[in-house]
Amino acid sequence: MTRSQLLAMLPILFTSATVIWVMTAIAIKRHHWWNATFSVVGLNLALIGCVIAYFVSPQIVTPLLVVDSYSCFYMALVLATGLATATLSHAYMEGYDGNKEEVYLLLNLSVLGGLVLVCARHFASFFIGLELLSVPLYGLIGYLVKERRSLEASMKYLVLSAAASAFILFGMALIYSQTGALSFTDIGARVAAVTGSSYTVVVVGGAMILVGLGFKLSLAPFHLWTPDVYEGAPAPVAAYLATASKVAVFAVLLRYFIEAKAYQYDLLLDVLAALAIISIVVGNVLALLQDNLKRLLAYSSIAHFGYLLVAFVSAGSLASEAVGVYLLTYVVTTLAAFGVVTLMSSPYKSHDADTLWDYRGLFWRRPYLTAILTVALISLAGIPMTAGFIGKFYAITAGVEKRQWLLLAAIVAGSAVGLFYYLRAMVQLYLRAPWVRKYSAPLDWASGTGGAMVVALMVLMIVLGVYPQPFISAIQAAGLH
Amino acid sequence: MILVWLLLIPFVGGLLCWQGERFGRGFPRWVALGTMMAVLGITVWLWITGDYSLTLLNGQSPRWVEEFQTSWIPRLGISFHLALDGLSLVLVALTGLIGVVAVACSWNEVQRNVGFFHLNLLWNLSGVIGVFLAMDLFLFFFFWEVMLVPMYFLIALWGHNAPGGKGRVFAATKFFIFTQASGLMMLVAILALVFVHYTATGNLTFAYEALLKTPMSASTEWWLMLGFFVAFAVKMPVVPLHSWLPDAHSQAPTAGSVDLAGILLKTAAYGILRFGVPFFPNASHEIAPFAMWLGVIGVIYGAVMSMSQNDVKRFVAYTSVSHMGFVMIGIYAGTTQSLQGVIMQMLAHGISAGALFILCGEVYERLHTRDLREMGGLWSRLPILPPIAMFFTAAALGLPGLGNFVGEFLIMVGSFKVAPVITIISASGLILAAVYSLLMMQKAFFGPTQSTEKLRDLNFREIATMLSLMILILWMGLYPQAILEITKAPMAGVEAIYAAAAKTPAAAVAGVLP
Repeated sequence: MTRSQLLAMLPILFTSATVIWVMTAIAIKRHHWWNATFSVVGLNLALIGCVIAYFVSPQIVTPLLVVDSYSCFYMALVLATGLATATLSHAYMEGYDGNKEEVYLLLNLSVLGGLVLVCARHFASFFIGLELLSVPLYGLIGYLVKERRSLEASMKYLVLSAAASAFILFGMALIYSQTGALSFTDIGARVAAVTGSSYTVVVVGGAMILVGLGFKLSLAPFHLWTPDVYEGAPAPVAAYLATASKVAVFAVLLRYFIEAKAYQYDLLLDVLAALAIISIVVGNVLALLQDNLKRLLAYSSIAHFGYLLVAFVSAGSLASEAVGVYLLTYVVTTLAAFGVVTLMSSPYKSHDADTLWDYRGLFWRRPYLTAILTVALISLAGIPMTAGFIGKFYAITAGVEKRQWLLLAAIVAGSAVGLFYYLRAMVQLYLRAPWVRKYSAPLDWASGTGGAMVVALMVLMIVLGVYPQPFISAIQAAGLH
Repeated sequence: MILVWLLLIPFVGGLLCWQGERFGRGFPRWVALGTMMAVLGITVWLWITGDYSLTLLNGQSPRWVEEFQTSWIPRLGISFHLALDGLSLVLVALTGLIGVVAVACSWNEVQRNVGFFHLNLLWNLSGVIGVFLAMDLFLFFFFWEVMLVPMYFLIALWGHNAPGGKGRVFAATKFFIFTQASGLMMLVAILALVFVHYTATGNLTFAYEALLKTPMSASTEWWLMLGFFVAFAVKMPVVPLHSWLPDAHSQAPTAGSVDLAGILLKTAAYGILRFGVPFFPNASHEIAPFAMWLGVIGVIYGAVMSMSQNDVKRFVAYTSVSHMGFVMIGIYAGTTQSLQGVIMQMLAHGISAGALFILCGEVYERLHTRDLREMGGLWSRLPILPPIAMFFTAAALGLPGLGNFVGEFLIMVGSFKVAPVITIISASGLILAAVYSLLMMQKAFFGPTQSTEKLRDLNFREIATMLSLMILILWMGLYPQAILEITKAPMAGVEAIYAAAAKTPAAAVAGVLP
């Protein structure tokens, strides 16, 4: 392994070291603040490692991993999300009376899985990354072991996620049986030559992988777990689940499509287009009457991945750029929304503040926190001046460029329906509450790292919405060709 | 640069109002008033010093009186481009005026969260000014949507829950969804236009001037025009798409109604004049008869509906639908005369409908009802308000000598050459206007009184507001030349584009219509 290959691996190496470091630290002495700080420092080092890796990229490290500008961008995104989750967890876990420290261990492990996933160019690393990403999540979702909803969510996720992984593994095996290849590029080259009954086997294999990924991305009709798990999971974990885990999976999906030249198969694109439409419809319609903010965000994330698939399917010259911009805006917005939910529920006291009633009249108690949630909801709805609009704009642009009128109609209709529930949630924040609420963020919410992070996210949402050019340039530089 | 100030002053003023509430409730009000006065002052200054005779759309590239351009998102060919011509100027001036009036009329009405209220009001006005100035389609859409959120808050938080209605949150949400959904259709059309231009020239741009001469097939032109048309028709509102308007008006606070009727509806007409017709002249020419019939339906439907309203704000809302029908007819008649009538009608309606909504608010403050059945005989209980109401009702029904008459008259005269049947039928709207206006006056101010108790009369602030609006309406009715001169050049430009489209052989659009 050459020096530049090692440098390219820095983010992954740093994160792995952080895992061991944090584990050792916990073994020596349990101390919440120190352990949180260790993992945050480790993740920050990994983030710096991304920058170093960018300068030596592109590097192919073993047949399994590739570190190019594309993976650097997505590694940075996953790491930043991990960092945000860690800071949010710190405020949140303060109130938990069990062992708090392992959260950071599990989180770092999961981030490591995400990093491997976005660098994967081979089915083996694809699967390792995916499992490394998902398995720690079982523990994270069920971390509040004394709460029934949390445990239930964890079990549900465990069973379904394992089933999905089995699907993916079997699909890989089927494709391997006919092509004898595992790396993305080889598969692409050999599938093109496959004919007859072997072709059917490959199609079945591809379909099984798609089902598994559809589950991980919570695309309808594989979305059934999403609202329950988001509702039961601790708020910071739900934030991570909605962002980093999906971003990493989507990044590898896009890389597979481009490296294996899957864009030439119309059948595949038609299936994805159908998934997009179903996700937009199901996500938006089921969100309409939700009274639980976490469930509402879960359904909204289903719909958002429908919009994202539109950009993905109508991949013209803009494909990886549109997907990158959309994912960036989605991550920033979703983290901000879940961040406010986390701060409202911090420190943890037996139940998260998740019903809309808990937020009624919040503006008159915590005006700035409410402003952040308002901007996040407006951004989710895709109104200009916020990040969400730029993302939606790119999705629609990609659709128009490829003349996908049906998909565009779905976006327009979905957005109109979506407005209803975003506004419904938003106006609750401003209506006067007739009685004193049980939940409110602590008065000094902004002085902690979690609060500072959420404020920074709000600034980022507005900057992205008003002056997106620098971000677009960065994403353009990180494109796959 | 002065155009940027027009946007920034209300924007910053809004922030000041929000944060200034800690100095007392008066502070945000005075800041807001000062801000809108400044905007109005700048437009008046521009009006006096600028030369608006040269601005033209026809011929070569458009020439603007004031312009500001800077790079924004070069990746997608988007620039921050503001420009001003006669058409923009009069509408920005109207925005400034309505802004001042809206601040003044909510002086007593709004007592809760005064700072946040003015933040929303000023940001909404800032967005509207942006719509009137934007010369980049992305920027235009940006402002088109930005003005919605503050309006939503104005209705949802400071609105009334009128008895029998579905509540202010419902009305606000309906307003938002109607405009946003149609706005997204426009966004799709904008992007399609940009890509048509891109495929033709290899130049990705959202600039107004570049897109003006985009070559496209007749069927493409039709579809794109429809995307724009739907968005503007919802906002105007054209009759089958109007149902958000009465709800929004009846639940909105006075300032919200004034804002909505006075300027928000005008953004739609502006959009058609600035973008809809110049981008798609042939398709606009094809759809003109249909659009004009929609206008006629609006005129008559609005008038008939307003006769049966008991809520006085719903009454004014339906009269707006009726008056906007005339605007629709005038735009698609497409002669300079009718187009100038459209501008006059928009300005006069903005002022008269705004004034009527303020009067509704003032009556509500005193009687605590907006139900016409509970009014009656107010003339004897209030000395000054009823004559003022009489004046603005007369303006609304098109009494010669007042601004609305000039507008309607010019629209009629200009349209008659193009579509005599439509014009004749729509003229019945004038008679209906007289009927419903006088019915309303009769129900509210004459007849038996409910009580003999005297009501608190208008104070100095209210009288000053009303008086200035009355003077303006009178001025527009007696000496409309000042406004006609300023808008002549852009309207002549629109007419020229229209006339050119009329001459193109029918073969160009063959196969589009069944």
